[in-house]
Amino acid sequence: MSPFFVITGIVTLLGAAFAMSLRNLVHCALAMAVAFSGIAALYLQLDAQFVGFAEILVYVGAIAILIVFAILLTRSGEAPEKSVLTSGWMAGIAVSAMVFTILGWAVLNSSAIPKETPPAPVATVKNVGDALMTKFVLPLEIIGLVLTAAMIGAVIIALKEETNNENPGRKS
Amino acid sequence: MTALQGCLLISALLFAIGFAGAVARRHAILVLIGIELMLNAANLNLIAFWRFGPHPEALTGFIFVLFSMAMAGAEAAVGLALIIAIYRHKKTSNLDEVKELKG
Repeated sequence: MSPFFVITGIVTLLGAAFAMSLRNLVHCALAMAVAFSGIAALYLQLDAQFVGFAEILVYVGAIAILIVFAILLTRSGEAPEKSVLTSGWMAGIAVSAMVFTILGWAVLNSSAIPKETPPAPVATVKNVGDALMTKFVLPLEIIGLVLTAAMIGAVIIALKEETNNENPGRKS
Repeated sequence: MTALQGCLLISALLFAIGFAGAVARRHAILVLIGIELMLNAANLNLIAFWRFGPHPEALTGFIFVLFSMAMAGAEAAVGLALIIAIYRHKKTSNLDEVKELKG
């Protein structure tokens, strides 16, 4: 493992930890963008360039913007006065610590992990496009359908309701 | 420690952080961010096993990550739309104040 890989991993984990622990939601969204950029850098070092740039486009570009818009629309931009934790937060953190302990133990002691590092595979955009258009064309079409349905559903859910008669003059 | 184990440890810790945030924070948007972090941890696992596995030329793990990212995008869009709809009804987005279905 190169030192650059370790540094990228630490930046990613720090971003994730801050995203989950800061009080102000806008700061959380920014820390989340840092964590996603770190994950994209990890992908680039794992020879998955296409996934790395897709990660930047989808997560750092689209989802971070979407979350900031949701924070603004729900007017939760300023830090709350009350507690930001649920009542059962200690149990939740204990369970997640146990999850990490078990996963880490399994990773460090597994005999299924190969010892030698294979040579870097070639995943050029041409290879990925060929695979997507031949072997994986049915999943690609289905994912397109799912995305379309999800986008239409999201718009319908978030539409203003016009059934109540409280303010009949307003139509949007 | 091999490079694969390093990747797996990073993604295990990322998953644990996301899980802790998703169960311990009150705000619905933060729960969604935690879920996104957990999904990214799973994606990192897939890419690590693709890179260090015996047959990386088949591109299966790679393509799986692309589809999983598309699903995560759809999930985030629908989740945020639900949060906005609930905020419009209840004027709150704290999860423990939305308890009409609570038994």
